[in-house]
Amino acid sequence: MAPPTRVKTLKINNRDVGARQDETILEAAADVGITIPTLCQLDGLSNGGACRLCLVEVKGSSRLYPACVTRVEEGMEVLTNTERLTNYRRMILELLFAERNHICAVCVSNGHCELQTLAQDLGMTHVHFPYRHPHMVVDASHERFVIDHNRCVLCTRCVRVCDEVEGAHTWDVMGRGMDARVITDLSQPWGTSDTCTSCGKCVHVCPTGALFEKGKSVAEMLKKRQFLPYLKLMREERS
Amino acid sequence: MTPEELDEIATIERETTHQFQHRVSVCVGTGCHSAHSEEVKTALEKEVSRQGLENWCQVKGVGCRGLCASGPMVEVDTAARLYQGVTPEDAVEIVETLDTGSVPRLECPTDLPFFTRQTKIVLEHAGRIDPERIEDYIVMGGYTALLKTLTEMTPAEVIEQITTSGLRGRGGGGYPTGLKWRTVAIAAGTQKYIICNGDEGDPGAFMDRSILESDPHRILEGMAIAAYAVGADEGYVYVRAEYPLAIKRLRAAIIQAERNGLLGKNIFGTPFSFHVEIRLGAGAFVCGEETALIASIEGRRGTPRPRPPYPAEFGLWGCPTLINNVETIANIVPIVRNGGAWFAEIGTENSKGTKVFALTGRVNHTGLIEVPMGITLREIVFDIGGGIPDGRKFKAVQTGGPSGGCIPEEYLDMTVDYASLAQVGSIMGSGGMIIMDETSNMVDVARYFMEFCMTESCGKCIPCRVGTVQMHELLCRIAAGQATPHDLELLEELCDLVKQTSLCGLGQSSPNPVLSTLRYFRNEYMDQLAAKPGE
Ligand SMILES: Cc1cc2nc3c(=O)[nH]c(=O)nc-3n(C[C@H](O)[C@H](O)[C@H](O)COP(=O)(O)O)c2cc1C
Ligand code: SF4
Ligand code: FES
Repeated sequence: MAPPTRVKTLKINNRDVGARQDETILEAAADVGITIPTLCQLDGLSNGGACRLCLVEVKGSSRLYPACVTRVEEGMEVLTNTERLTNYRRMILELLFAERNHICAVCVSNGHCELQTLAQDLGMTHVHFPYRHPHMVVDASHERFVIDHNRCVLCTRCVRVCDEVEGAHTWDVMGRGMDARVITDLSQPWGTSDTCTSCGKCVHVCPTGALFEKGKSVAEMLKKRQFLPYLKLMREERS
Repeated sequence: MTPEELDEIATIERETTHQFQHRVSVCVGTGCHSAHSEEVKTALEKEVSRQGLENWCQVKGVGCRGLCASGPMVEVDTAARLYQGVTPEDAVEIVETLDTGSVPRLECPTDLPFFTRQTKIVLEHAGRIDPERIEDYIVMGGYTALLKTLTEMTPAEVIEQITTSGLRGRGGGGYPTGLKWRTVAIAAGTQKYIICNGDEGDPGAFMDRSILESDPHRILEGMAIAAYAVGADEGYVYVRAEYPLAIKRLRAAIIQAERNGLLGKNIFGTPFSFHVEIRLGAGAFVCGEETALIASIEGRRGTPRPRPPYPAEFGLWGCPTLINNVETIANIVPIVRNGGAWFAEIGTENSKGTKVFALTGRVNHTGLIEVPMGITLREIVFDIGGGIPDGRKFKAVQTGGPSGGCIPEEYLDMTVDYASLAQVGSIMGSGGMIIMDETSNMVDVARYFMEFCMTESCGKCIPCRVGTVQMHELLCRIAAGQATPHDLELLEELCDLVKQTSLCGLGQSSPNPVLSTLRYFRNEYMDQLAAKPGE
């Protein structure tokens, strides 16, 4: 019997690519410098395939596949940037912008925001859908951090980093559909949370200005994520 | 429990029944229950005992007979007389006429196409046995299929029979059941689970509820057979908490089966052990989706996750898990009893067996029906359903609930099977069937289902969470006569986006009611636009 293949060969955007068999399409593409738009995915955290921005086409299938959770397969032919995909991605972003109140002009993350960058990269000019303008609260009860629900995109990175890396599980999601929102402990003010260790990891994985440090003003909030790849590496070496 | 003991229970039960001259069966299924059939049953029991006839006439509570809108239904002796709309005050007359005749004003004709055109496999015991007594089930041959499975068949042989039968999942997806069982059976791992999906969230649907309430042992026996076939020793029945009667009867059935050694350790003295537990859903529609359901059983928030990996390989607590719908499971016992080839005789080329539908809307006989696959829609609506009331005209039939579509008159002669329904832009779904007449507004229909999807979206993925809200808003604008042709374009674009990019079936199929009404009733949309194209 032939030994099991450890390396898979596939085509991404008509380029021949070799990848480890346990790699996702997203990782295999990144290895050769092809970027696929992502929002919920973050290296070092589990992937839920939630935002759908990383969807790619795979030849021979009418379905679209989330690159962040789909493993490479031998002979796969992947297209990551067709016109159809770009249209879908732009519409998904527009839906996000219309969902809550993203006002970049007064945002602490203006200029360093993943949502804003995605909009630029995808050539968004305006939002085609009616803005929802929901009434959203800002919770500034924590002594060092603030959450502004107006800017939250429900990527759940904060929920995952708190649970999987910090081990506190302070964050979770409550409510369904448009009522869904992230909560601390049993949906109580963040400042009253018994489980929060004030480590700040949630703040720094947040792609937008929804989570930020007190004292930062417009455009001043820079997110530092170096800890994640570092912790991931250290944990891998230990196991 | 030994085979002899099983036989003995059946014999004793048969003899007890034979001691009675008469048997009065009162439906205690969902529909009749809510029409106060329990009170009718109590009144009949009182009357029988008042006349001192306890040893002459037996009063029984039985499961649903299907003609729910005419309830409470009472049957005298087996198939002799059927009464409809019975009240407690009728008890005296019913008991007095037992020997001599009938109560004409209550009579419900038993030769209605509603009864004669149905084929009962899944619901064969419904209306005939008391769902709260295991003896009633055993006397109908209950648990002999499990006995046969455990003592005469290998797991591979069981799967072979299911594959031969051509049975496909009744939970909506229509996936071949035999193939699913085989995948779980060959999946690596020593611990495996089986889950029976009784979340049934489609608006207006009550097929699974009725099965659980009328014949709970059928589900337990089917699950045990499935567990043996795939190598599982633990099972869960996931039932929504809104079904208290189903839960109560299922609980009672589990206890009875355990007491009799039909569930638990070393069933029938074989090495096979199987335990069943009930898990209650809190009423979120999305928890019927298999990965969300599994998360919910595990105690997590019920949201779907991307597949693969499928539950067959990575399911409950990461173990290979077989997940089947209640109606799918209810088909297992008859298939094992009569053989896969027998089942494959019923239905069409690629859709075998029967399907239970909850027939509702603008049709004369609403209720629960079981029909062979391949029957035409016309037969369902006009023969079984008795046509449209008030002399109105038929307009469309909606199948598949919020994931399905509306089928117009021109396809009335189409056969009911998985492929045909898909071809006309609807789906078999889990069995909801809503009949609409000429007064129904199709934009309203689409808006109703979109509202359902919007409020039931779990909120995890963006296209479904926000897309359904935007589509709903557009549909409201069209219905209010405020929309422009551009809004209609936007709606169609959104339908495409949400269908193609949503994470789970809820989002992916949420545009279907819009797409199918646009396909067949586009003029109704156009008529309601504020400005017509070109104006
Ligand atoms: C949003 C959604 C809701 C669902 N609800 C149910 C349900 O209530 N009952 C059910 O049996 N299957 C439901 N399903 C299908 C299940 O995911 C799964 O396919 C089914 O239980 C498999 O059983 P089957 O092969 O016997 O049909 C649902 C799927 C989706 C996407
Ligand atoms: S499609 Fe809807 S229900 Fe399914 S995961 Fe996405 S948001 Fe949740
Ligand atoms: S990055 Fe893959 S779904 Fe969000």
